[in-house]
Amino acid sequence: MSALNIKKGSTSHSAYDLRSALSEIEESHTLAVIVENEPGVLARVIGLFSGRGYNIDSLTVAEVDHTGHRSRITIVTRGTPAVIDQIEKQLSRMVPVHAVHDLTAEGPSVQRELALVKVQGKGDHRIEALRLAEIFRANVVDSTLESFVFEMTGTPEKIDAFAELMRPLGLVEIARTGVAALARGV
Amino acid sequence: MSKQMTGAKMVVQALKDQGVEVVFGYPGGAVLPIYDELFLQNDIRHILVRHEQGAVHMAEGYARSTGKPGVALVTSGPGATNAVTGLTDALMDSIPIVVLTGQVPTFMIGTDGFQEADTVGITRPCTKMNWLVKDTAKLSDTIHQAFHVATHGRPGPVLIDIPKDVQFATADYTPAEKARVSHYQPRTEGDADQIARLVELMETAERPIFYTGGGVINSGPRASQLLRELVAETNFPITSTLMGLGSYPASGKNWVGMLGMHGLYEANLAMHGCDVMINIGARFDDRITGRIKDFSPKSKKAHIDIDPSSINKVIRVDVPIVGDVTRVLEEVLRQWRARGSRTDQRGLASWWKQIDEWRAVKCLSYKNSTTTIKPQYALERLEALTKGMDRYITTEVGQHQMWAAQFLGFEDPNRWMTSGGLGTMGYGLPASIGVQIAHPDALVINVAGEASWLMNMQEMGTAMQFRAPVKQFILNNERLGMVRQWQELLHGERYSSSWSESLPDFVKLAEAFGCKGIKCEDPKDLDDAIMEMIRYDGPVIFDCLVEKHENCFPMIPSGKPHNEMLLSADAAAFRSGAVLV
Repeated sequence: MSALNIKKGSTSHSAYDLRSALSEIEESHTLAVIVENEPGVLARVIGLFSGRGYNIDSLTVAEVDHTGHRSRITIVTRGTPAVIDQIEKQLSRMVPVHAVHDLTAEGPSVQRELALVKVQGKGDHRIEALRLAEIFRANVVDSTLESFVFEMTGTPEKIDAFAELMRPLGLVEIARTGVAALARGV
Repeated sequence: MSKQMTGAKMVVQALKDQGVEVVFGYPGGAVLPIYDELFLQNDIRHILVRHEQGAVHMAEGYARSTGKPGVALVTSGPGATNAVTGLTDALMDSIPIVVLTGQVPTFMIGTDGFQEADTVGITRPCTKMNWLVKDTAKLSDTIHQAFHVATHGRPGPVLIDIPKDVQFATADYTPAEKARVSHYQPRTEGDADQIARLVELMETAERPIFYTGGGVINSGPRASQLLRELVAETNFPITSTLMGLGSYPASGKNWVGMLGMHGLYEANLAMHGCDVMINIGARFDDRITGRIKDFSPKSKKAHIDIDPSSINKVIRVDVPIVGDVTRVLEEVLRQWRARGSRTDQRGLASWWKQIDEWRAVKCLSYKNSTTTIKPQYALERLEALTKGMDRYITTEVGQHQMWAAQFLGFEDPNRWMTSGGLGTMGYGLPASIGVQIAHPDALVINVAGEASWLMNMQEMGTAMQFRAPVKQFILNNERLGMVRQWQELLHGERYSSSWSESLPDFVKLAEAFGCKGIKCEDPKDLDDAIMEMIRYDGPVIFDCLVEKHENCFPMIPSGKPHNEMLLSADAAAFRSGAVLV
């Protein structure tokens, strides 16, 4: 695929907004929201999503600048281009919000999620689980004679795929952090 | 050199430093230290209300009529929850108010203490910003910041929750000029290139219209002045939302009246048929647009708004301009004049001819009566008898509100206070008191319906105590008029719970409060009765018994486009299945 072979409806490989203004097709976008780390900020951001009927597929938050008291909230959301545009503007106008980046629209980005996956099983199932974990570069962080806890990092899709494979092998529990994302390059 | 003082003293000091002259409030356990400090000084006047909702609406009335932020002070728990309606009202209408709430001491927060409520949690969605201050050292800084946030960008309500121990503790006072006003510095300057595109549109427009809103008023008197210059020089027609009345004078020759659900025929048809729409500080509210897909289908639209999220929220526009109305209009005028002040004169001439034909429909005409007072007639007489006076009007919510907007003329901004976005019944009486406190010598009239008025009638006590000679002009149809109208037109004339039964005798009620009551039911007596109300030196409750089944027209059923307007009670148009919300 050449660099110019841009998928229709996508903006992630172009400096221009190629989305049709009136498209009714829902898109998934990853937003990075830089906020003042003060009490209630997360509640305000989440309240915006529930109050205005927007979706949250994933949300992570942590203070990333301890001296400047800045937190980074990464939100994966879904909506038509008009809704995504509104979400970005609604977030931007909040008093404790410093910046909003639509990582999906602004250019290529890396997205990673961490998952802990507990699998229970014996015999062949156990061996198969270990073998697949190796393929997925998952680490064993806890083990008993009947169970493993795997730790893996990757895109949400990779974690979904791993969890799907573990299901018949004795998946009992999964914990996921949600997506952390950064724009590629500088 | 910073000064040490208690949190309670800090509150009063910070309010003084912010230029606050009046606080509307109600004391309670969690704010007693602040009330102590108020007691010990004479710079800030405290108006004791009868219910916290009243305090917030008074602060709103004060703010809308002065352009300065209004301040309310209430206690924790029920004091704070009672303020919620007022906060939401101010948020919807972009009114700058600062509400201070007491809170249980920090060590009790979370223990379900007496009169404890999660005030910042409850008010988060109905404030522009709120703060729980847990450290006295941060209190004065937070108050200064709160005033900054309330009055900058799109104005709105803010709330500061102050635990009682924070009020007692001592710390350094941060003066206003040293306060950290945060990074919150919304953009006020419009993009020059977008303004240039607007100017080009104006030069070639054949059927232009200015569609103005509350943003013009919020931007300050200079914005109205610039708007008037722009209208006079371009000769474009101008309409306004309910919130924007007065920014352009009702007597101005380019005025085509209010638009929207109960707006004028000519205004709505001009919006529908225009080729260039210039939205200045309005937000394409659903009461304005009707059915979105048929809204002004053939026009190029420009939108000037200080809040970027208002642009393209409901209606996609061609020329988005984020900025303060005053700054943007200055630049529009500068560029347009620099390019030779051009307009399409021929196009405009035929546009005005078309508008005059629409005007000739006389959409506000109604069938008058010699035996019953028609509400429209009552307002026509009120308008005629108070015209030219130093007059401020507030309203409640419902039919009377729409008739007031249709039949009263506003010549200047900040003279019209009504609950637009939230539609809060019970707003008008306290708002009128807030206006009167700010303008003690002016004639302040609350045009009310009897049902709305009863919702906050306890505030007559406040009006009496503080000698606020507000005139309560109640159009009494013994019905929840707008509800009744919809039931008649849309719900098979099933008048479910829309009668105002067991009404008080308003004249006796007035006497009970110690003010004047006037009752009028004959059109022949109306003028004298209105004059008696105006001349009386003190609050008046005017019980104007009007026709009980009058409907408010024109009306665009929601979900209908602008050109499908009802001018009379012909219900046939409704049967096509429009769903009103």
